[in-house]
Amino acid sequence: MIARTMEETRDVLSRTWSSRGGLAGWFSITTHQEIGKRYITTAFIFLLIGGIEALLMRLQLARPDNTLLSAQRYNQIFTLHGTTMMFLFAVPVMEGMGVYLVPLMLGTRNVAFPRLNAFGYWMYLMGGLFLYAGTFSNSIPDAGWFSYPPLSGPQFSPGKGLDVWGQMITYTEISAMCVAVELIVTIFKMRAPGMSLHRIPMFCWAMLVQSFMVLFAMPAVMLASTVMLVNDRTIGTHFMNPAEGGDPLLYQHVFWFFGHPEVYIIFIPALGMVSSILEANTQRGIFGYSAMVLSLVANGFIAFGLWVHHMFATGLPQIGEAYFTTASMMIGITSGVQIFCWLATLWTGRLRLTAAMHFVFGFIFIFVLGGLTGIMLASIPFDLQAHDTFFVVAHFHYVLIGGALFPLFGGFHYWFPKFNGRLLDEKLGKLTFWTLFLGFNLTFFPMHVLGLNGMTRRIYTYPAEMGWGPANLLATIGALVIALGGIFFIVNVLRSRQSGAVSDNNPWKAGTLEWEPASPPEKYNFELQPVVTGRYPLWEAPEKRAAVTGMREDRREVIVTSVMDGVPQFRMVLPGSSIWPFLTALGFGIGLAGSVVWFSWYFVASALGMFGLIGWFWPYEPGEIEP
Amino acid sequence: MIHQSAIDAAGRQAAQIQGLFWFFIVLLGGIFLIVVALMLGPLFCRHRGLDREPLEQTHTPSIETERKLTHRVGWATGLTVLILLGLVVLSVSTGRSISGGNPPANALTVEIVGNQWWWYIRYLNEDASRVLVTANEMHIPIGRPIVIRGSSHDVIHSFWIPNLHGKRDLIPSHTTTEWFQADHEGRYRGQCAEFCGLQHAHMALWVVAETPAQFDSWMDLQLRPAPAPSDAVKQKGQRIFLDHACVLCHAIRGTTAAAEQAPDLTHLASRSTIGAGTLPNTRGNLADWIADPQNSKPGNHMATVALSREDMPPLLTYLESLK
Repeated sequence: MIARTMEETRDVLSRTWSSRGGLAGWFSITTHQEIGKRYITTAFIFLLIGGIEALLMRLQLARPDNTLLSAQRYNQIFTLHGTTMMFLFAVPVMEGMGVYLVPLMLGTRNVAFPRLNAFGYWMYLMGGLFLYAGTFSNSIPDAGWFSYPPLSGPQFSPGKGLDVWGQMITYTEISAMCVAVELIVTIFKMRAPGMSLHRIPMFCWAMLVQSFMVLFAMPAVMLASTVMLVNDRTIGTHFMNPAEGGDPLLYQHVFWFFGHPEVYIIFIPALGMVSSILEANTQRGIFGYSAMVLSLVANGFIAFGLWVHHMFATGLPQIGEAYFTTASMMIGITSGVQIFCWLATLWTGRLRLTAAMHFVFGFIFIFVLGGLTGIMLASIPFDLQAHDTFFVVAHFHYVLIGGALFPLFGGFHYWFPKFNGRLLDEKLGKLTFWTLFLGFNLTFFPMHVLGLNGMTRRIYTYPAEMGWGPANLLATIGALVIALGGIFFIVNVLRSRQSGAVSDNNPWKAGTLEWEPASPPEKYNFELQPVVTGRYPLWEAPEKRAAVTGMREDRREVIVTSVMDGVPQFRMVLPGSSIWPFLTALGFGIGLAGSVVWFSWYFVASALGMFGLIGWFWPYEPGEIEP
Repeated sequence: MIHQSAIDAAGRQAAQIQGLFWFFIVLLGGIFLIVVALMLGPLFCRHRGLDREPLEQTHTPSIETERKLTHRVGWATGLTVLILLGLVVLSVSTGRSISGGNPPANALTVEIVGNQWWWYIRYLNEDASRVLVTANEMHIPIGRPIVIRGSSHDVIHSFWIPNLHGKRDLIPSHTTTEWFQADHEGRYRGQCAEFCGLQHAHMALWVVAETPAQFDSWMDLQLRPAPAPSDAVKQKGQRIFLDHACVLCHAIRGTTAAAEQAPDLTHLASRSTIGAGTLPNTRGNLADWIADPQNSKPGNHMATVALSREDMPPLLTYLESLK
């Protein structure tokens, strides 16, 4: 083979990893960067929608006996808010960050299954569109994001709203499973040579734990929502119908077996982001790497052992309840270890107070507070009082917004230059932080008091005599402040994309591999796949750096390494761009959507999906891949 | 001032939970402040000796510093484990002491059945003639344990009187129980705590805790059938009630109305609210409620009964006589 110049190599790589132009090409893209960005963008749009829903609720509750929203509208809106935030924003945005960052952090060129990755995104998008198509054709779910039967069953929720809800979950869970599978394989088998297990960046560990949790949790919710609830509704199975020997409590067990891990599925990636931001902004490796990894893993396991703390009021036998109290409190240990390690990192680093760091500080403040109220809620006697009141609303917004959204915003400020090649404006970023931080506490802190004073959740109005008016008004004002923070953020993103300061490869002088290639990276990520000799390759002395050579550039080659030590094993050729994942998702999507009206459309879904899969897996010679 | 608060206990169960709550607040609040101080510390002062270390090159503090940190994190973790262990013991023992074991033998057992969106209340008694059915407002004697046997007629509801005890779900085809005791006289409000559909917000109930003597006389009064209409207007009102669709859902003991689909009205006038706590029980509100039940509680299951303009006053007079 004739040796190529660097320039020619880049040229060939670039052609190999591009997909065709035009509309069909756009639907065929399978690079992880593009898919990741699509996930993140779509998820942020759903965040905006969910946020508007939240504002509507806050406006309705701003004063007693308000009539802005009818009871039915309010019930629909809180259902959509919860559903959108959990299924269409929080999980997908974390998946998107993972899809974008993990291959870069591991020093590889794409995820293990690029077409599956594209398929997952399209399923997610269709699930979101399906839910809102239902909404705008007045099939709106109104039984809460948890949709307990019998309320959500055929007798008490006629109409198609709940079927749309249940089937939407099918889309998003398929999508989450796809990402989980490909991230697990990518993290286990596609790390840069030399990246043994104890050198994996903390964010990748977090995504690994999260992916395993998705793998075990998501089938449970599909069982609850799709198999049991939708079938009860559409073909009259009686899983949850007490009149026919079914049991409504069964649903709660299965749902929360998913529902509690779901919360950790959302915030564990965020914990990884916090570690990344901290490392770069203190210029030191994270303190207690092994302890952090072990507590992440332990978190993942314990998460599956405490679902019953959502059901304390159902009156289960006491011995079991004591077990679930203990399990719930154990999360305090694993989270405590992480907090202590971060504090230790803070104390012994060269602190740089960037906008991203602001969000980390805000995260610790809010998340610790939410964690401590979580410990209170693990106590059954107290939970029996606080359960289903605004105290719980306050608690989980503290852990979810504090634990996931603040790190996500921090991470967004931190990685934005990698996504776009331009930095977000730091001043505006800090302003965004302070607005969100103040607005957040103004909104949610009073809710603790409201809950203790007897305000139950999911009520569309309350009488003036209850005395809940002032605290609710405060919360509504806080929500408007949060909205202002959101506007600052959007302005910052839109402005900085066009005219922000141009970023070099590694603006924060971070140590992990995603900062090695250009900002934004070429489609192939790395010209030469790096070899690593330490946990923070970019902090190593330049003479210790090495790279893999001898890979073919004219096909999509990546290197496969061993699980434990990252020893190179063989080269793998990834499939090329393809429109078939999109067409397959479209086929499944149409079939599943139809099944809400006609049960027989499951066959249509199967047939169309099968057709798509035939195209998807049509055999090809690896050498034949045309850019 | 309406009493509906978890931190304004009027009974021993609620008082114990309240004690637990304040203990949590002091302990965990202290921990929170310490963590925040530790977090903000690095903004103002540096770890000693760090300035001498070339962190920009090494990216790891000296082994000595790391060892010191390891000790501190280890201690903090150990302390966390101990504190949590203590909290588990405290929590479980509080749980045992408030609801463990069987309720005392002199307990009064009340059956509560959740309905969209009202409360069916039945006082059980070995003497069948002293079994009482009422709705949305329960009286209890102070100083005597009350056992709640809960269930639901349709969807899942949750029974919650925060001043007295935590909540207990009412689940169709299940019977859940809890017991509590009121120690102070008073009127305590509670409302359904599990989302139960359209009018979940308007599903309140009142608990009136009174002396045993007051309770006994209330019970005696409630056990009596409805007072017979004492004059022509009330007689006309009763006839209007019995001739219209009202009887398809409501019961008035002492008349032929005996349906259980909706609240028992035998002693309607003795209750303080209508529509499960939606409106004060006044003649005007009652008139509005009957004329258009969907106005103040849209979507509730009470049908609009076509009544002529002349029918309303006698009907109201009759209902107001049901003391």
